[in-house]
Amino acid sequence: MIRVTRKVEFSAAHFYHNPSFSAEENRRIFGKCNNPHGHGHNYVVEVTVAGEPDPATGMVLDLKELKEILQREICDRMDHRHLNYEVPELAGQIPTCENIATVIWKLLEPKITQGKLDRVRLYESPDLFADCTADSNGSGR
Amino acid sequence: MSGALKISLTRRYRFAASHRLHSPRFSHEENLRLYGKCSNPYGHGHNYVLGVTITGPVDPDTGMVANLGELDPFVEREVVEAFDHKFLNEEVAEFRESVPTTENVCREIYRRLKSFPAARLERVRIEETSKNSFEFAGESAGVEQRKP
Repeated sequence: MIRVTRKVEFSAAHFYHNPSFSAEENRRIFGKCNNPHGHGHNYVVEVTVAGEPDPATGMVLDLKELKEILQREICDRMDHRHLNYEVPELAGQIPTCENIATVIWKLLEPKITQGKLDRVRLYESPDLFADCTADSNGSGR
Repeated sequence: MSGALKISLTRRYRFAASHRLHSPRFSHEENLRLYGKCSNPYGHGHNYVLGVTITGPVDPDTGMVANLGELDPFVEREVVEAFDHKFLNEEVAEFRESVPTTENVCREIYRRLKSFPAARLERVRIEETSKNSFEFAGESAGVEQRKP
């Protein structure tokens, strides 16, 4: 099996706020991420697809197609957007790395028909990233 | 449709420390042969980059595996304060008994972070330099032996 990884970047705003918490709880739990004016990041997404290379083409999948899928599903939805207000898939969720990676997995998984989506790695900054993978054995849940 | 998903979160920390690779079990010549310039008696140092990976269910109220407000001070207290700007051989008790290779530093950091209460520690990764990195995911995460 071969794993192929493609990287895309998008820039977006967000803030963390749970309306079922009090103002004080929101500040305590989310810290400066609770600033209601929001703040932003240059997100980096590494999408990994696993599969056997097609013997005729030598490719697991056509990277041009993957690039288009990532543009359509991720960048067109999220780039230069406010994740709390403008991305319906995140409505009602706190737009953390964990939740954004999960949304991206769910958007991509049905679109990838050559090979199989193996991992979505979402960097909020070079020092913080979330990985979303299929839970093969139930560990970690 | 997506099946069950697993989420992990990785946070990077930094510490600068010195060490010397030298084992009293070996002669001077053997140490030099084994560890080369890393055995220089005055020691040398690195800017270590530590990646800490935790996993667990995402709390629907916070969207988080664990709050960085808990993870950061835990790692700072257990590792960064103990290792940063220290001579590992002398100032971290563990390395009075074992050689502070980055393999052993990985093991020791994993041991110190294993008790993080809010999520399961999955993996520790250390970049000793931009060219060398080491990972430890616990003794049970064995390496598949290649069949002859």
